[in-house]
Amino acid sequence: MKKIVELCVRNVLFVSAAVTTLAIVLIVIFLFRQGVGLFARPAVEEGFSLVVSAGNPVKKLTPQQVKLIFDGDVDNWSFLGGSHEPIEIYRWNEEIPVMNERSIAFIPTQYVSSLPGVRTVDMGRISPGDYFGGREWFPTSQPVPLFGVLPLLAGTLWVSLAAILFALPFGLAIAIYMAELAPKRIHGILKPVIELLAGIPSVVYGFFGLVVLVPLIQKSMNLPVGETAFAGAVVLAIMALPTIVTVAADALRTVPKAAREASLALGASQMQTIFRVTIPYCASGILAAVVLGIGRAVGETMAVLMVTGNAAIIPDSLFKPVRTIPATIAAELGEAPAGGAHYQALFMLGIILFFITLLISISVEIMSSRKRRQEI
Amino acid sequence: MSNKKRKQQVVFWIIRLMTLGVVGVLCWILGFLIVKGAGAISWEFLTGYPSGGMTEGGILPAIAGTLSLVAGSIAVAFPVGVFSGIYTSEYAPNNKIVRLLRIMTNNLAGIPSIVFGLFGMSLFVNTLGFGDSIIAGSLTLGLLVLPLVIRTTEEALNAVPQTFRQASYALGATKVQTIRRVVLPMAFPNIMTGLILSVGRVSGETAPILFTVAAYFLPRLPRSLSDQVMALPYHLYVLATSGTDIEASRPMAYGTALVLILIVLIINVLAGLIRARFTKRMN
Repeated sequence: MKKIVELCVRNVLFVSAAVTTLAIVLIVIFLFRQGVGLFARPAVEEGFSLVVSAGNPVKKLTPQQVKLIFDGDVDNWSFLGGSHEPIEIYRWNEEIPVMNERSIAFIPTQYVSSLPGVRTVDMGRISPGDYFGGREWFPTSQPVPLFGVLPLLAGTLWVSLAAILFALPFGLAIAIYMAELAPKRIHGILKPVIELLAGIPSVVYGFFGLVVLVPLIQKSMNLPVGETAFAGAVVLAIMALPTIVTVAADALRTVPKAAREASLALGASQMQTIFRVTIPYCASGILAAVVLGIGRAVGETMAVLMVTGNAAIIPDSLFKPVRTIPATIAAELGEAPAGGAHYQALFMLGIILFFITLLISISVEIMSSRKRRQEI
Repeated sequence: MSNKKRKQQVVFWIIRLMTLGVVGVLCWILGFLIVKGAGAISWEFLTGYPSGGMTEGGILPAIAGTLSLVAGSIAVAFPVGVFSGIYTSEYAPNNKIVRLLRIMTNNLAGIPSIVFGLFGMSLFVNTLGFGDSIIAGSLTLGLLVLPLVIRTTEEALNAVPQTFRQASYALGATKVQTIRRVVLPMAFPNIMTGLILSVGRVSGETAPILFTVAAYFLPRLPRSLSDQVMALPYHLYVLATSGTDIEASRPMAYGTALVLILIVLIINVLAGLIRARFTKRMN
C-alpha cells in the first residue's frame, strides 16, 4: 500500500515537472499552426484579382510594384517593362470598371470572367523571401499588403543593443560594487532596490517614459518627436539592468577566494585583482548576463510600444521613431481579422521572437555548462 | 605606489557613483509617480467605477479584474510549480531527462510575454473556445509565472539541510512522509516568497492579457470565469495612450500607476520579511 502511494506521488510530480516542456511544445505547435499558412496565401487579398488588358505585355508584378502603382508613385507602364503608356488605376468600388489598354483594376475574382479582353496578373504567393527579406511593412495596404520584417527586426535590434550598451557599464559597476566593495549594510539596501527595479511592471516604465523621458528627450535634443529608438533604449536599459546585475553578481561570487588571495599576495591592488583576476575568471558568467539582458530587451513589449513612436521604417539614427517586433504584435493583432494574412504574418513574428529567445536561452545554457566544467 | 592607490580610489568612486546613479533613477521614478499619483488616489478612486470617458470616477473594476487574474493564475501555477519543484529537487535522478526538463523550464522563463499572449489566444481563446475570459487569461498568466514558482520552490527545498532528510529516513519514514512532514514544512516560508513574487509579476503583466481577457472599458465586476475583465496594467496603458481624452485622463493614469507601484512595493516588502525570517530559522 505504501509503495503504491509512493509510486503515485512520484508520477504526479513527474507529470507536473513535464508541464513546462509540454508548454514549450504546444507553443511551437500553435505558433506554427497559425503562422505558416501565410506562405500558402496568394499575394493579392483573398477573393480579389488584379487584372490588366489582355494585350498588356506586363505578365508579372511584384507586391512592391503593385504598391507603387496604386500609391501613384509609378504612373507609366514603361517602368514595368511595358509600352510607354500612362497607367490608369481602377479600385474596386462596387461597380465593374471599363477597361482599356492602359488600365489596371483591382476587382473581385468572380467578375473577372465577365470582363472581356482582360487577363489576371500573376502575383504568385507570399514568399518567405518577401517576408524575411522585405524592407517594407504595410500590412493593411490595398490591394497588396506588404509583409517585410526587416524594418521590425532592425528596430528590435537597434533598440535592444543600444539598451544593453547603456545598461552594461552600470550593471557591471553595481555587480562589482555589490560583490566586491559594498559593506554588508549597503548590500542589504541595494538588493531590494534591484528587486524593486525588476518588479516594477513594464507598463509603468512605459508610462514614466511617455510622460517624463519622451518630452525631456524631445526638448533637450530639439527633435520633431520625442518618441524615438533612443527613448526606448533608455527605458529598456533600466528594465534590463536587474537581470544584468543579478546574473553578473552571481558570477562574480563564484570566483574562488583562493584566486583573489593569490593575486593580492602577489602585491596586486584590489582594483587590479578585480579587473585582472576576478572578472576574467568569470567572463562566461558576465557574458551570460549580457546575453540574458539582451533577451529581456528583445522581448519587452509594452514599455517599448509606448515610447518608440512605432514607425515601421529601417532606422538610420537612434533619434528616429522605430517599431519593434513585440510592439507590432501588440499594436496590430487586435485589428487583424482572425485567420487572415495579416494575422498569420503577426504569428510568424511571434515565431521569429520565439526562436531569438530560444537561441539566447541555449547560448546561456552552453556558457554556464562550460563554466561548470571549468570548475571541475 | 600612491599613484596606484589613487587610481584605485578614482575607479572605485566611479563605481560607487554609478551605483548611486541607478538608485537615484529608481528614486526618481518612484518619487515622480508617488507625488503625481497621490493626489488622484482617494476612497472614491479605489471603489468607484470609471465614468466620463474614463476621465473621472474610479478603477474598482480594474482592481477586481486584476485580483481575479491573480487568483486564477496562482491556482494554475502554484500546485503545478510546487510539484514540479519537488520532483526536480527531491526525486529527479541526475540524468538526461531531468536535464532536459530544467533546460525547458529555463527556456519557458525566457519566452517574451507577448508570445505567451499569442499562444494563449490561439490555444485557450480560439481552439479550446474559452473566448476572451478570466479562465483563458489565468491559464496564460499561470504558464508565464510557472518557471518562477518552480525555481523558488527548488531553491527553498535545496536550502533544507540533507541531515534532516537522513534523520527522517533513519526513523523509518518513507520518502513521501519525509517530504510532507519534514522538508515541506521547513521550506514552506521560502516557497511562499515565490508565490508572492508571482503575484507581483501577474498583477503587472499586460502583453499576455491583451488578447486573452483584457477589456478596454467594462464598468462592472466580474461574475464568472468566462467574463472579460478590465485589469490594472491594461487600464493604465489605455489611459496613457488611447483614452477618449488623454490629457483629461492623466490624473486617472497617475493614480492607476501609483496603485500598481504600491502593489509591487507591498509585495517586495512582504517577500523580504518572509525571506528574512526564513533565513533566521535556517540558521
